[in-house]
Amino acid sequence: MADTVTGVRSAVAPGPTAPAAAAPVARRRRPRRRAGHLTAHLVLGIGGVLMAFPFLWQLIMSLSTNAEVQSVTPSFWPDRLQWGNYAAVFEQLPFLRQLRTSVLITLLRTGAQIVLCTLAGYAFARMRFRGRAVLLALVLSILMVPSQVYLISQYQIVQGLGLLDRLGGLVLPGLFSAFATFLMRTAFLAMPVELEEAARLDGAGPFQVFWRIMLPLARPSINVLAITTVLWSWNELLWPLVISTSSDAMPLSAGLATLIGQRTTNYPVVMAASLLAMAPVLVLFIVLQRRVIDGLAQSGLK
Amino acid sequence: MVSLPTLRAPVTRRPAALRDGVWPWVFVLPLFLGIAVFYLWPILQTAYYSLTTWGVFGGSTFTGLANYAQLAADPQLLLALGNTLLYTAIVLLGVPLAVYLASLLNLPGLRFAALYRVLFFLPYVAMPTAVAMVWRVMFNGDFGLVNYLLGLVGVDGPYWTSTPGFAMAAVAVVGLWSSLGFSMIILGAGLKNIPPELYEAAELDGASPWRQFRSVTVPLLTPSIFFVTIISVISSFQLFDLLYAILGSSNPVLPKSMSLVYFFYREGFVSNDKGYAAAIAMVIFLLIGIVTALQFRLQRRWVHGG
Repeated sequence: MADTVTGVRSAVAPGPTAPAAAAPVARRRRPRRRAGHLTAHLVLGIGGVLMAFPFLWQLIMSLSTNAEVQSVTPSFWPDRLQWGNYAAVFEQLPFLRQLRTSVLITLLRTGAQIVLCTLAGYAFARMRFRGRAVLLALVLSILMVPSQVYLISQYQIVQGLGLLDRLGGLVLPGLFSAFATFLMRTAFLAMPVELEEAARLDGAGPFQVFWRIMLPLARPSINVLAITTVLWSWNELLWPLVISTSSDAMPLSAGLATLIGQRTTNYPVVMAASLLAMAPVLVLFIVLQRRVIDGLAQSGLK
Repeated sequence: MVSLPTLRAPVTRRPAALRDGVWPWVFVLPLFLGIAVFYLWPILQTAYYSLTTWGVFGGSTFTGLANYAQLAADPQLLLALGNTLLYTAIVLLGVPLAVYLASLLNLPGLRFAALYRVLFFLPYVAMPTAVAMVWRVMFNGDFGLVNYLLGLVGVDGPYWTSTPGFAMAAVAVVGLWSSLGFSMIILGAGLKNIPPELYEAAELDGASPWRQFRSVTVPLLTPSIFFVTIISVISSFQLFDLLYAILGSSNPVLPKSMSLVYFFYREGFVSNDKGYAAAIAMVIFLLIGIVTALQFRLQRRWVHGG
């Protein structure tokens, strides 16, 4: 801990001090700073490996035999790589069907939220209409309510529409999001009013101003919205678990959660299925890493 | 869920000629109607349901506070609350850890920082039910890696996923693992806002590195620490996915290790007692409200400049 702070401080220290006076100081400090980084690399390196280890262990198990997984002394590497486990995922489990469901609900929800919440967020931020404060307060009040409070009634609505076990039922409430509206309203609030006013005075209508000027400026925030919605929709468990009764109708998250206990557990196949189920989001994250991390941090901070 | 947004938009004064006409309604109504039907109405309905009793074959009658009275006397509520608090307490141990790790990760000029960030953040974006599968095997009492490693140091590990207290501890370890990266990122944003001059001044005053950490870093980071703590508590109170997937729905230990949300789920969707489940949902709502209010109270006391 001590080394850390030294590192922070010495990196910012070269300030108004005269170069001549600074030189010995710097010489004295450099080893300390490197020592600070050494500790950091040690701690973060070991920590990082520990964080990633379960994924690696899952990969190893997915390529082992069931006997190897269940041996009391772990076999840290399979005798022979069992690629067949991955084929079994597609042959023995309704994986493709569930994958298709996951992809569809995620695309539909993300698309709908981008359209609906961007429009509403803009109107709440920049347009004037009667009842705006009341409607906004109603939408935002949902942010303070835990989801269990509306779950039962959402279930009944979907049941009433005959959409249990259907894609429509899985998707429906998630097409609308108070959080995404809040996110987009905040984004539009932060944009300069002058741009809009100038365009309006030049004769552009409200829709044109939104479409041509404000929407392009909102692109980064729409990305944040898309990232948070994709993650939430892909990973969510409770709603699909409640809405779907047959494993054929489930998305991957619920399908995996109900997998064990259904039949004698073939652990390697379960591990392979889990890795494949996570893969799309993990790949997306690794490709867009900075954007995802900053986006989630930003959406959390707002 | 957390931030308290200001409801007032800056008042934009526009000439009458620049009124928006019907456009605001075209923009707002599609979303608002969806929100009203799928969120606002259900909230009111749940509040009402919590005052009704449901028959086995459907149909409900208004019974006032009967559900709440039954709940107050139900040992399962205390059990679920106790388990949830145990989980929350263990996950909160991740906050000081995240402060330390974030301060390392944000050392200026640290190499491989991007790689470390990805490694620590990976569990946060991974599907909980998918990572639960590997943890479930690692915590297996007979052939799990955890007990194998404990055995190497001479400890006879318990049957984690089938012993009540240990089951929740195991789930909480996974909860800590999956939320650590997120806390680190939020805290990292806070660390970047600390003016470097403060460290220079502390240095000139002869403050030791540890003293600087205690007297500059921690006090100035308190708003972020506070925020991360609230987020952790609120999301811990929502524990369901990891518990359900690590222990497994048919695990006999689940009723003894259940969280508040699992209690709600079981009453509402397994036992189909929607009235009772609605009352549980209202209690969860109330508890989260109380905890959040308490934390904001505390904030005034210990958050620097908050």
